[in-house]
Amino acid sequence: MRIVIAEDSVLLRAGLIKLLETSGFEVAAAVGEADGLLAAVAAHEPDAAIVDVRMPPGYTDEGVRAALVIRQQWPRVSVLLLSQYVEERYAADLLSAHTSGIGYLLKDRVADVSAFLEALRRVAAGGTALDPEVVSQLLLRRHSDPLERLTPREREVLALMAEGRSNAGIAGALVVSESAVAKHINSIFAKLDLPHAEGDHRRVLAVLRFLDGET
Amino acid sequence: MASSSPLGRALAHAPWSPAAWRDTAFIGSGVPLQLAGWAIVCAPWALWVPVDATPIAIFLLAPLFAVLLLVRPATRAHRERLWAMLGADLAELPERPGGPVLGPLRALRSEDLWREVRYHMLTGPLLALGAIAALLCWLGGLALVSLNAYAWALPASSALSLTWHAVRLGVLTALGVVLLLAAPWVAAAVRRLDVRSAGRLLAPDREAELARRVEDLAEKRAEVVDAADLERRRIERDLHDGAQQRLVSLALNLGLARETLTGVPDEAMQVIIEAHEEAKEALTELRDLIRGLHPAVLEDRGLDAALSGIAARVPVQVRLSVRVPERASSTVEAVAYFVVSEALTNVVKHARASVVDVAVVRRGATLHLTIADDGVGGADPAGGTGLTGLARRVRSVDGTFRITSPAGGPTTLTVELPCAL
Repeated sequence: MRIVIAEDSVLLRAGLIKLLETSGFEVAAAVGEADGLLAAVAAHEPDAAIVDVRMPPGYTDEGVRAALVIRQQWPRVSVLLLSQYVEERYAADLLSAHTSGIGYLLKDRVADVSAFLEALRRVAAGGTALDPEVVSQLLLRRHSDPLERLTPREREVLALMAEGRSNAGIAGALVVSESAVAKHINSIFAKLDLPHAEGDHRRVLAVLRFLDGET
Repeated sequence: MASSSPLGRALAHAPWSPAAWRDTAFIGSGVPLQLAGWAIVCAPWALWVPVDATPIAIFLLAPLFAVLLLVRPATRAHRERLWAMLGADLAELPERPGGPVLGPLRALRSEDLWREVRYHMLTGPLLALGAIAALLCWLGGLALVSLNAYAWALPASSALSLTWHAVRLGVLTALGVVLLLAAPWVAAAVRRLDVRSAGRLLAPDREAELARRVEDLAEKRAEVVDAADLERRRIERDLHDGAQQRLVSLALNLGLARETLTGVPDEAMQVIIEAHEEAKEALTELRDLIRGLHPAVLEDRGLDAALSGIAARVPVQVRLSVRVPERASSTVEAVAYFVVSEALTNVVKHARASVVDVAVVRRGATLHLTIADDGVGGADPAGGTGLTGLARRVRSVDGTFRITSPAGGPTTLTVELPCAL
């Protein structure tokens, strides 16, 4: 799998390259700022780009804006954003435009090597990976909407869905059986009034409902 | 010296008292300076009286111009005179920008200049007349008193001798004594008037001075507050670019070691695992610390985004409403963010509340913050360090801070901040 890295800290960039190469990824390019990132993505069209949110020149949200451009211009390139702290607002910006092939994680998560790599693979394959912290921020913010009808357990399941996990992944995280997870998910769909038609699409709709709850 | 009894006062003003001589010397020394202004204006006319319009205009305008240029040196001379002869220190007027020639011309609308002119052309000359009167008292008194001695020394046959004019000379002598006794009082009165008018006209106007000082202090405080805010941001950036990246890199390497190393003794692996966990905890702590300093999202997305971040982070239900159509200055935004963040921390720690309403509204040039919880109340602004720090930071930008928190609740915190410093 070919990856482009955009990270302004030299130390961390080297660390990421080492991590990816020892884990069998191919690092096509590693750059230090947003313009370089767009050029590298144009040149290499990688499977995924790992992007630091805060980069030169402004050191604010260059990464978020670059991610939106990448998803717009090269829909086949997935983007995994890394940040020192996650902001609900950035997540909302990202997800309002695209709900697939996008990830938003705390930088700390790279320390949990296998979980991080799994998230990267999921995003590269067109899935999503939201940091549990973003999800809990979003969860705490949603109060006066259909989500209130969910039981605590269903909320947990929905949160894990929002992180981008599969039924098996959710079952593993909650230490329950996959069929129990499927039951919770059906109940969530019902409570959120989601149509029955396209099975997989409903997952995305549920997550979206969950994410824009208050808007 | 300053006795209140009539006798004491008389003694203090006796012609032989040091005060009398000092006052006289002081007012006498002022006379040439005080008359200089009019001397300059009148001097050309004493030499030659022109009849044509042009020379007349020159004769009128040139001295006025000279007076304007000489006003400040004359003021300085009076200042020196007051200091040298009375030990009275007159506050110095602010230097006029533009130098000694252009300065006064540019300052034609400054009040200071016209107050100085008023002293040098009006009050000063009147005081000089008073001083001359005092000097005449002295001289006349001395002359009249000595006239008697002079007559007494003359032979009896002389027309002026004492024997012929005893009564008249007696009266004149008495008049001389009266003049001598009065001279110190006149001198003292002129001295007092001079000191007072110099203080009023030649020193900075106290009210204007205070107003300037307040303005100056407000400006300096705004600078200090901005500097502190900038410093906070610098620290945040330094931590972000330095320690935080290093820690992430360290945790990443430890994570890699944990996952990839094989054949490591169990004890060694245990150490690696512990180090990895600790590095991750350190990262979490550092992240919380940095976010409290100055979140980057505040800078690029404003209060609403930054506040929804903290509102989501606290384990209490927060109903957040932010209506700030036009952003406030970044320092004020930082204070507002800090206020809400601290207030929410306090609510979590002490209030045992279930819901907190946070409202941030901009009305005109004021940012209104209301944080109301349904907790147990009893918050004491004098007690907790959190509230004190909060109030201090609000006051640092001229904001107002009010808290009502009866025992049993609810607690409402109201803060108003000016949007610009």
